[in-house]
Order: sequence, then C-alpha cells, then structure tokens
Amino acid sequence: MIAELGHFALILAFVLAVVQGTVPLVGAARGHLPAIRLADTAAVLQFLLVAGAFAALMHAYVTSDFSLVNVAANSHSQKPMLYKITGVWGNHEGSLLLWALMLTLFGAMVALFGQNLPDTFRARVLSVQGLVGVGFIAFMIFTSNPFERLDPAPLEGNGLNPILQDPGLAFHPPFLYAGYVGISIAFSFAVAALIEGRVPPSWARWVRPWTLAAWSMLTIGITGGSYWAYYELGWGGFWFWDPVENASLMPWLAATALLHSAIVVEKRDTLKSWTILLAILAFSLSLLGTFLVRSGVLTSVHAFASDPTRGFFILIFLLAVTGGALTLYAIRAPALKAGGVFQTISREGALVLNNLLLATATATVLIGTLYPLVLDWLGGAKVSVGPPYFNGTFMPLLGPLMVALAIGPLLPWKRGDLAAVAGKLKLVAGIALVAALAIFALTDGAPWLALVAFAFAFFLAGSVIVELLERVQLRKLGPAGAFRRLIHLPRGAVGMTLAHLGLAISVFGVAAASGFAVEHLGIMKPGETLKIAGYSLTFKGVEEVPGPNYTAKRGTFEVAGVGTMRPETRRFQSPPMETTEAAIHPTLAGDLYVVVGEPTGPGYAVRVYWKPFVMWIWAGGLLMAAGGFASLSDRRLRVGAPVRRSPALAQAAE
Amino acid sequence: MALNSRFLLAAMPLAVAIGLGGIFYGRLGKDPSALPSALLGKPVPAFNLPGLDPTGPGLSDADLRAGSVTVVNVFASWCAPCRVEHPLLTALTKVPGIRVVGIAYKDKVADTQKFLGEMGNPYALVGADLNGRVGIDWGVYGVPETYLVTGKGEIAWKHVGALTEDIIRGEMLPLAEKLMK
Repeated sequence: MIAELGHFALILAFVLAVVQGTVPLVGAARGHLPAIRLADTAAVLQFLLVAGAFAALMHAYVTSDFSLVNVAANSHSQKPMLYKITGVWGNHEGSLLLWALMLTLFGAMVALFGQNLPDTFRARVLSVQGLVGVGFIAFMIFTSNPFERLDPAPLEGNGLNPILQDPGLAFHPPFLYAGYVGISIAFSFAVAALIEGRVPPSWARWVRPWTLAAWSMLTIGITGGSYWAYYELGWGGFWFWDPVENASLMPWLAATALLHSAIVVEKRDTLKSWTILLAILAFSLSLLGTFLVRSGVLTSVHAFASDPTRGFFILIFLLAVTGGALTLYAIRAPALKAGGVFQTISREGALVLNNLLLATATATVLIGTLYPLVLDWLGGAKVSVGPPYFNGTFMPLLGPLMVALAIGPLLPWKRGDLAAVAGKLKLVAGIALVAALAIFALTDGAPWLALVAFAFAFFLAGSVIVELLERVQLRKLGPAGAFRRLIHLPRGAVGMTLAHLGLAISVFGVAAASGFAVEHLGIMKPGETLKIAGYSLTFKGVEEVPGPNYTAKRGTFEVAGVGTMRPETRRFQSPPMETTEAAIHPTLAGDLYVVVGEPTGPGYAVRVYWKPFVMWIWAGGLLMAAGGFASLSDRRLRVGAPVRRSPALAQAAE
Repeated sequence: MALNSRFLLAAMPLAVAIGLGGIFYGRLGKDPSALPSALLGKPVPAFNLPGLDPTGPGLSDADLRAGSVTVVNVFASWCAPCRVEHPLLTALTKVPGIRVVGIAYKDKVADTQKFLGEMGNPYALVGADLNGRVGIDWGVYGVPETYLVTGKGEIAWKHVGALTEDIIRGEMLPLAEKLMK
C-alpha cells in the first residue's frame, strides 16, 4: 500500500512538473502574475511529492518488503540497517529517485530562498528546472519504476553488491548527485537568461551561490569516492580514469571554469556568452555521465545493469536538454554584448587562461572517454583508453593551470604588470625549486614527474600565502593589524585562498603517493616480522570471524609503536562475493596499508604498502570544498541577503 | 566579427552535440564488448613475443599449437578490471587440462613483473607485447580480454572485459570441456 502511495506521488510529481515547466513560462512571456507565482508553489509541492515517494521506497527497504522487484533484487533481510537505508540508492531505479529528489530539492530552494530574483526571471528558472524534472520523473515512471511489484513475493532478497556494503555508499552518491543536480540550477539560470536575451552582471551574482554549492558538494562527492576506492578495493589506488570517474570529473572541471568565468561577468560585465555556454555544458556533461553509466554504450567497472530502452530514453532526454539549450544559445548568444575591455595581462586575462586550460582539460577527458565509442562507430579497431593516455595529456595541463592560479590573484583587474608579480613571486619560485631539488637529493631514484609536480605545488602554495599576506597588508600594518584584517577578510577571498591551497595540497599528495610509495608483496608465515618504511610488522596469523552477513578471514599484525592492525577478507553469502578490507594506519606523513589474502603454501599472501602523504590528496579536496562553502557564506553572495557594499568590502573584493 | 560568423560560432556547440547524439544512437543496444567474430574458428595469428625475463621463454603461436587447450589472457598492470579478474585466472590454473598464458599488453616489463609479484603469477607463459602490435593482430579491443584456443591453435572463444564466475562456469568451461574431447 505504501509503495503504491509512493508510485502515485511520483505520478503526481510528474504532472506537476509538466505544469511547472509550461505555465510559468507562458505567464512570464505574457506578464500574467498568477501564472508566474505558480512556479514557486509548484516547485515546493513537487519536492514534497518526490520526497514522499522517496520515503515510501525507504520504508520498503527498511521493512524488507520483497514484494517490490527493486527491493528483492537489491536487499536482504539480514543486511545491517545502515545498508538497508543506503541500499535505496545502491541501484539504478533508487539512484534515479535520489537524483529526482535532489533536483526537486534544489528547485524548492530556489523558490524559497531566491526571493531576491526578479519574479519573471525566477519563474523562468523554475520552469526550466521543471522541464528537466519532467524528463527525469518520466524516465523513472516509464522505464525504471522503483515501485514495481513482484508476485509471488520471494521470501528473501538477492542482497546488495558487497562492495557497496560500506559506509561510503551513505555519503558518496548523495554528495555526488547533489553536485550533478545542483549544476542544473546554473543550467536553468543560463537558459532563463537566454530566453530573456540578456545577461546582466547581477545574473552572475545570482548564479554564483548555486554553482558554488553544487561545485562544493561535487568536490566532496568525488573526493569521497576516491577515498572509498582507496580503502575498499585493496590495492591503494585512488584514481583509475574509469569512464564513470571521468563522468564525474568532466562536470567538475566545467563547473570550476564556470565559477571563475562568472566572476568576470560579475565584476567586468564581459565573457557572458562563454559563461552561459559553460553553464549549459556543465550540466550536459552531468547528463552525459548518467547516459554513459546507464545505457551500456561503454564498458566500465561500475556501470549499472542496463537495457537499450533506458539508453534510448536518456539519449532523447540528453538531446532534448542539450540540443534545446544549445539551439537557444545559437540564436541568442551572438546578440550578447560584451562590456568591459581588458588587456591580456590582467586578472581577467588570467581567468580567461584558467578557463581555456580547464576547458581543454575537460575536452581531453571527454575525448579519452568517448574515443573508443567514436572509433568503433567509424568502423575502426576496438580500443580502450587507459591511464597512459590521461597521464600523458591531462597531467601536463595541470602545470600551466597551477601557474595561472598562482599569478592570477596577484594581478589587478583591467591591466596588470607581469614584472611586478614576478618580483613578488621570485622568492617563492626559488624556494619551490630548491625544495624540489632537495627532495631529489635526499631520496634516491625519485621520479622526475613527481619532482616537477612538487615544484608546482610548492610554488602554488607559496604564491597563495604571498597573496594572502599582501591582502592583509602585513608589511604596512604589522602582525596585529594584519591579523585584524585577516579576520575581517571577505569570505569570498578566504574561499579562494582555501580552494587554491587545497589544489596545491592535493597535487602534492598525488605526487608523493604515486612517486614515493613503498610496497612489499609476499608470503608471510605467522610469527614473521617485516620491516617497511620505518615500521616493524609482526604477523600473528589469520582467524575466521563471523560478521552480520559474511564471514571474514581476519589477519592480525602487531605493529611496533602503532598497535594491532586487522585487515580482513570478507566472504559474503548473498550474492556470493569476496571483498577485501584493508587495515590502514593513517598519519600525516603517510599511510601504512595492509591487506591479507589467500593462504598460500605455508603462509598467507600479504600486501603491505607505505603511501606517503596520501591523506593530503583528500585533505586538499576537502579544503577545496571548504573554500567553496566559505565563499558561499560571503555576505555579498548570501542568498536573499540585500546587496550592501561597504567601502572596505569593495576595496578588498577578489 | 560579423554577425554571420558569430552565429556560426554560436551554433558550433549545437552541431557537435547533434553529431555526438547520432553516434550514441548508433551504439545503443549494441554490446560494446561484442567482438567482430572474424577471428573465431581461425588459426591464431603468427606472432613471437619476448618473455618478461630476457633469458626465459616468451610466447609464440607455436606455443598455442602444442596440443593442450589454452586460455590466452590479455592484461596490463595499469588496468583495474585485470586485478578484479585475477583471482579467477588463478583458480583456472587449477582446472586440469587447461593451460593459462598471458599477453602483457602495452605495459612496461618492470610494471608487469611488479603486478605479477604483487598479485601472484597464474600464467604458464607470458609474452610482453610492448607496443601492442600483436594485440592488433589478435583484434584486441582493450584489456582485459580472454581467448580460448584449441590444441591445434584455433581461436574458439573470446571474451572482452573482466571474467566473472558466471562467464567461466556458464560459457568458458563447458566449451573447454568439449574441446578437450
């Protein structure tokens, strides 16, 4: 009964989305006030209905109602409660419902907190958002209904893929989807602006908080996913260039570019057409990811089970959204007038360079992801594109990007002096170079690529600090005065500092963990001791331990000065599958990572890794997200806050 | 810029999107791992690859005509699904009458050795296909890829992507048993 209510709520939400997607649009064109106002109500109601449907599916999972096909296929009565709940979105249908929930949540938030937007503009934004919702909810109702019944109901469900039975599933998809879907707001803002045919600087101020929020959550989602892969898959890797990972990276890169170009639109009233295009592309890339994952056109490690009907539906939807928006763009964009002019060497120039590099990086990933598909279509050989391609093409783009990041914030708007900036950064560049060379001298056989990455990371971090010191006017005001200024810095500036520092830290972590990892692979007998990276591990043996829905072979290692480490290999009964649970001793300087495998001969296959500074990769990611949230709390951007510019704020604005 | 060329520029993203959409449509419903069956039933292409150890044996087409049913697994240390299917290959080595050999595809010898040292080496013989030329002759689409070769050196079966227990039990082993008779 509750499932039917959920299904019904979903159908009502669909009808409402159709209304929301059409009536306010017509109303805004004709200036009919009630039709315009309808958008807000519809958006909030639509969210409530989808939330109701989501709650109904959640209820079915929690009570293990196996009369639902979806629950029977993906849940199991003995599964721990956490995984019954997270199992709701651990499958195709449920994850779509989560998508729809996030989509309508963002819509409702625009309706509730976007009262600073002009009524007609907000109505158009919500209308476009409603049309996107029509597509998603229709996709669910017509091809992927999570509430489909099964008769007779089985006594027991098939269980969730054991790799997904992890706390990671609780945070990774919700953040990721919030990010993907949040970008739809930027898309709706862009389409609404195209419909109105003008992009005032205030447009950028309106769209920025939403993009920032989405970007921050996407950052957390990707960072979390990378950490999850690191500890769950058992070989200590953190990024695999899998098509699905690329599917999340592309919108992130595009959204990063969008965040930066929106600043130029806001401050200097130019780059409008490009910024609009970025907003459209960022969301299109999110949808493309959905299409690639769920249609089965690409082979990937974590694709959903798929069938061609679904693929066809998303393709039509993708084309309608992207094609529709780009058609509108083709018609309206040529008429958008650029405002301010600027010289190449200027803050705008640096932001344009940043955008070019990010766009190139996005294109690089896109080409690598789609190349096998296109080549296959052309009748050429079947190929797959792997890490060698991405390391060779994507990584070199990061260097110039980091230099642009270091220099840009130090340049003034309109016209800058590169020599002056070079003078400020001379010392930092020298220190970065010397530090990288010192690392080269102190370690033997350091890979040169890691050293180059170190130099860039040090340079960027140093430049961020130089920029911060300059901003707080340390030299003029002294430490006490500078500290006072530091506390009162606009949050936007704080956000930028954190995010840029975060990138430097991530790059440092990636370089250290890939270039300087130590690994030991071999067979260990109980009682044996292994020395690695200054640690001394004594293998005590392996015992069988029952878990809630699996049995584990748990190895015990006594590590001098650390304590006991217990890696496991878990054997699940339904579905029958094994997972490895690495034991990780995380420290600031690196992780000790222990995996125990099959009994081999007299002992067990044991893998021990030392991954220096690997935590810094994700710490950097979280710092970037924190930067996003800090910037989001800037009074200037706060949703609904009246625009109030004190002279101090205007002077110190980024 | 003239308005005309501005319009063309603005229409370019749309053209790209439509083009990609067309390609996607063409690929829908086609299994990306389905192989061109041209090589099925044909003798393996002639090749001779060096081994991982310069003094040790390599892998050549003659090794595949030696009389036993052979599983040829194309792998690389940089490929994540290869690690996933690796325990299954190890299990396959225990099936009597089947020999497992590997082709390390576009992989540095040191990396391959490290990979096999780390995961264990299920392969009776490994050939290092450094530049992927032999992979082209075999029609390798990507790693991992697995072939079943008869005792006379004919390709009987091919699977693209990571092996699973279902595929081994459902397709590969029944066929291998038939071939052994």
